[in-house]
Amino acid sequence: MSGSLAARDLSVRYETPHGSVYALRHVDIEAHPGEVIGIVGESGCGKSTLVTALANLLPANARIDGSISYNGVDLAKLDAHRQRLLRGDEIALVSQDPMTAFNPVLTIGDQLVDFQHHRKDLGRAQKRARIAAMLGRVGIADAERRMDCYPHELSGGMRQRVAIAAALLTDPGLLIADEPTTALDVTMEAQIIHLLRELRREYNGIVIVVSHHLGVIAELCDRVYVMYAGEVVEDGEVDAIFHDARHPYTQALLACDPARFQERLDRLPTIPGSLPNLTQPPSGCVYAPRCDRAFAPCGSVVPPRVKLSASHIARCHAVTP
Amino acid sequence: MLAYAVKRIGLGLLILVLVMIAMYAAVFLVPGDPASVALGPRATPELKRLLIERMGLDQPVWWQIVEFFRNALTGNLGYDVWSNRPVSTLVMEALPNTLILGLTALTVALLIGVPLGCLSVMRRGTAADAVIGVISVGVIAVPSFVVAIYSLLLFAVTLRWLPAIGAGEAGDFVSQAKALVMPAAAIALGWIGYIARMVRASMMEVMGEPHIRTARSFGLPEWKIVSKYALRIAIIPTISLVAVGLGSILSSAVFVEAVFARPGIGKLITDAVNTRNYPVVMGTVLIMTAIYVSITIAADLLIARLDPRVRDVFRG
Repeated sequence: MSGSLAARDLSVRYETPHGSVYALRHVDIEAHPGEVIGIVGESGCGKSTLVTALANLLPANARIDGSISYNGVDLAKLDAHRQRLLRGDEIALVSQDPMTAFNPVLTIGDQLVDFQHHRKDLGRAQKRARIAAMLGRVGIADAERRMDCYPHELSGGMRQRVAIAAALLTDPGLLIADEPTTALDVTMEAQIIHLLRELRREYNGIVIVVSHHLGVIAELCDRVYVMYAGEVVEDGEVDAIFHDARHPYTQALLACDPARFQERLDRLPTIPGSLPNLTQPPSGCVYAPRCDRAFAPCGSVVPPRVKLSASHIARCHAVTP
Repeated sequence: MLAYAVKRIGLGLLILVLVMIAMYAAVFLVPGDPASVALGPRATPELKRLLIERMGLDQPVWWQIVEFFRNALTGNLGYDVWSNRPVSTLVMEALPNTLILGLTALTVALLIGVPLGCLSVMRRGTAADAVIGVISVGVIAVPSFVVAIYSLLLFAVTLRWLPAIGAGEAGDFVSQAKALVMPAAAIALGWIGYIARMVRASMMEVMGEPHIRTARSFGLPEWKIVSKYALRIAIIPTISLVAVGLGSILSSAVFVEAVFARPGIGKLITDAVNTRNYPVVMGTVLIMTAIYVSITIAADLLIARLDPRVRDVFRG
């Protein structure tokens, strides 16, 4: 079963001894079955908070406002027990760091059997058979033997494959891959991207890929949300974002991607300034303090949603359709 | 794993030898020779010479130590100065009582302490967590002989529910079990607190690890995450603590056996020390050290069994 996902006016704040941290503010996200959604932004932009909220895994000090509707159900209003029943059944998360994502003292097979706990109709032997088949599908040779390995006996790339297999085993309607390649070297990264591209052809649910790596997003996604300091600043089809970016932040981000340079530079470009303090987010545009096109209203007025095409939206005073 | 086990056992034997050398040194540091101390001030010189010869005290010290180990290897730990009975027989008579006492206390402490620690983690920050914390620290602070004396007064003297002294009628399980309740509780009580605190502390750390988040992201129920995913890692420091703590469990057995006049190794050692019965002291200390060293080795092997990463470190 798969349905559409829509987050409306979603805000998350963390209550800390030093005050509230407004990690996510007024975010709108939409995704439909069969779509691969990319979420991109630098470290600290709130992309992990966003997917953690979608997976109902926020820590106890997080307060959530707005709605996350999945399949017509508001996930944010479910009680903890019903949220838990969705996790590992309808919603699956491929964790960030394959090196630490698995329990070090249990075998891979043992953990993957447990992760299928929602499938009460299957016995242990059937669950193991599914694991072996799925491990084979994500490109792990000798799957039967690998199941009896402990995580530290597998390489990083192999563990990331196991993490993807684990998520796919649960047949989720919503698959979230949080930085699926960040902890891997370049060769491994290419292999995992290749694997994800292959898998998306057979998979009908929603995939959300989070990355700060523009290349990963460009390779995998249909639509992209660009985030900055807890807000979505621009979103659109992958081509529109990569070839016709309109928000100054997206443009600056693309300009800083070393993979896109034509020639060798002595000095890599950066965006001057740093992220605003999220305990007191700016009242106008969050990017204004670092923006070279900022003018009078940017500091005090929330930027409008400028519709550039049916699916391309930028939130900026300086952008006109 | 095998190489690791052999190495640990070799180290254990070395510890035994060092402990016995230290014991011999202690005997010779005490004023007067062991024979006159044992026989008292009014012993005749002939009697003294006889005892010195029989105990081998006229031989060089290093030779005495070698002889002691050679005899110990054949099961001969020397003879009781007073009754002339073999020390090995005395130890074998007393040992089962102490082992049953120690193991019962430890089992009870683990069966109560570990779930309490887990409960603390599952209800962290709530009143239940705070109550468990206060009780744990409270019972750690109370020495076992205090528990022994007060429970003796309450349950044996006032309420008359349980026998005050002894180890129960031989062959009568119920009477033996009743005699075991108070001594075991006196030892176990503090350990319940220790174990609950230890399990809570190490489990809190484990619960913050990314693999626990993975288990949560697959919707595993919290009790399963705590009891299977976290406990298997968090129990490891507790195993080390318990293995090391067994030394103090055995030494609290000395007090507790004295309070309840319960025959056992503790009582055997106390009596032997009081009467300067050196062969008995040496023999029992050797056996207790051997038991202690074996338990430490067993704990290390158990940890290697529980944690495949430890296993591999020693394999390679």
